[in-house]
Amino acid sequence: MVEIVPSGLPSTRWRRLRARLFHVLMLGALALVVGPALWLVGGVVARALPGWRWSVLTTLSEGTSGGLANAIVGTLVLMAGVLVLAGTTGILTGIYLSEFAAGSRGVHVVRIAIDVLAGFPSIVLGYVGYVALCVGLGWGFSLLPALMILSFMVVPYIAKSTESSLHQVPTAYREGAEALGMPGGHALRRVVVRTALPGIVTGLLIALSIAGGETAPLLYTAGVTNNLPTWSLLHHPIAYLTYYVWTDWNQPSTEAHVVSYDASLILMVLVLVMLVVARVIVARTQRHTESSA
Amino acid sequence: MTLRAPSTPGGARRDESSRRARRAWARREEAVWRLGGRVATLVPVGALVFVLAVLAVKAWPAIRVSGWGYLTGSSWLPGSTYGGVEKVHGVTIPVGAHYGAWPLVAGTLQTSAIALVFAVPVSILTAFALTEGLPGRIARPLGFVVEVVAGIPSVIIGLWGVLVLGPFLAHDVYPLIATHVPNVPVLKYLGGSVGYGEGLLTSGLVLGLMIVPIIASTTRDLFLQVPALPQEGARALGMTDAEVARRVTLPWVRSGVIGAAVLGLGRALGETIAVAMVSGSVLGVVSPNLYGTMTTIAATIVSQLDSAATDGTGFAVANLAEAGLLLAAISIAVNLAARAIVRRSGALRAPVGRA
Repeated sequence: MVEIVPSGLPSTRWRRLRARLFHVLMLGALALVVGPALWLVGGVVARALPGWRWSVLTTLSEGTSGGLANAIVGTLVLMAGVLVLAGTTGILTGIYLSEFAAGSRGVHVVRIAIDVLAGFPSIVLGYVGYVALCVGLGWGFSLLPALMILSFMVVPYIAKSTESSLHQVPTAYREGAEALGMPGGHALRRVVVRTALPGIVTGLLIALSIAGGETAPLLYTAGVTNNLPTWSLLHHPIAYLTYYVWTDWNQPSTEAHVVSYDASLILMVLVLVMLVVARVIVARTQRHTESSA
Repeated sequence: MTLRAPSTPGGARRDESSRRARRAWARREEAVWRLGGRVATLVPVGALVFVLAVLAVKAWPAIRVSGWGYLTGSSWLPGSTYGGVEKVHGVTIPVGAHYGAWPLVAGTLQTSAIALVFAVPVSILTAFALTEGLPGRIARPLGFVVEVVAGIPSVIIGLWGVLVLGPFLAHDVYPLIATHVPNVPVLKYLGGSVGYGEGLLTSGLVLGLMIVPIIASTTRDLFLQVPALPQEGARALGMTDAEVARRVTLPWVRSGVIGAAVLGLGRALGETIAVAMVSGSVLGVVSPNLYGTMTTIAATIVSQLDSAATDGTGFAVANLAEAGLLLAAISIAVNLAARAIVRRSGALRAPVGRA
């Protein structure tokens, strides 16, 4: 048989072998990602289900035993607070960066601050919340410092996702609004932001799932309590789900372990539901823009 | 999106005045948005200045006492707990207190390095599998699974790591490596006692699993942006899939992939809870081999702040502030580098997960 590959270059057989190896490695890598993910979800479910009681959802915690109602409500309160505080701040920041920033001088500083804050280690934020807000200002473990620190964490994320969804609004929409004589602010609210809304909501949901799943910044700002959250912003600690996962798994009692596994399962369901909803919104709107654009 | 016709009942004069009011508001509305936005942008800037200022002020006593020795020292001793104090460089500290962050810095860099070594090839290959290796029908749901992993709370990953993954690795995987490694200078690091699953390698692998989704989904989006023409051209010239991937697709988006990897590194450096659960949380030692117990800066802050708060002189808390400042400096440098690289590679994208 005639060798058509000049000597010195790899043979066809060798190249075919490498192509096959590439396919094997590709699927192996995918398995290394998807496998542990399923193992993890399955592991949490398998540990939580045998001892599962529905009363966990409705009874209060007794430290290392009892229910998780206080933590579930606490996590929801924290998420709602983050939605209000970080949501407004982040969306307004995103709108400003996308619509009004051109030619503004300070905007460079804002962008750098957002980039740096987005990558800031969450425990360091939690430390600052503890020494400066809880101790320094005498607020104690309470809702407000916890919300502030969580908001510092997710505002950059919401601002970025808002900015990038506003950027994706077709220029024709803006031009159309202007051609019809709509004033700038009106067009922004009725045309631009409304079109970008699915992207903004998706960013919010992901930010909320981050806030709900955080532990490190809350340990030294929110404290913990066996009671349901109160309406006071200061001086009253608030319970949250991740606390029970973090503290109860290595307590010397089976009851405590059950609390830890139950908290993991509830948290995982909560976060997964939000991520799936976010994903469905993205899929829906992508189909919509494809057919209309 | 329609402009409603004026619907105010009444005479022309009231109609005129309400229209004028609406016009005035419409003119002002843009100013309101602009003002609201400008106020909101003060929040991230203010937050960052506030956080850095608090860290610097709190860390100052520790910086004055330890100087550069903080970076090279290895002991983490809170000193006398019975009220004995001394003055060093004008700062009141407990007798015998001595803090050195070298093991923490080393642990942080080691775990992050292991995470990157694991995550970068796995992520790139996963991204190829999701874009080219599998039909879209299968790839799309799997891609979603990969994105969801980015959203699993780190405390749950830590719980799984310490209860399931760590023991499995220490029992079934590490011994295979450790017992077959020859006792020569460099490879010796892979041998020795493998422990019980809490330690350096387990922490690095858990971090790796946590950053894979970030790197993989960004890389997948980058691969999807590579134009089809050069890929088809390469294929038409007889290149295999592997050669197209290595010589066309990957080089096309190289800087973006590097940026994604560095973004993942930033996340690994700052990750706290999962590492605190699987590292063994042992202060003051650099692991003698690949499997030993250790700790990182972030894990130390979370596990030590409670007891540090009992130091009446505030020196323990100051040292944690300095550790935090050090970690902040490392991750700021890494993140700014990553963003510079990603920005140069184009396209504004929302990151996956907290990165």
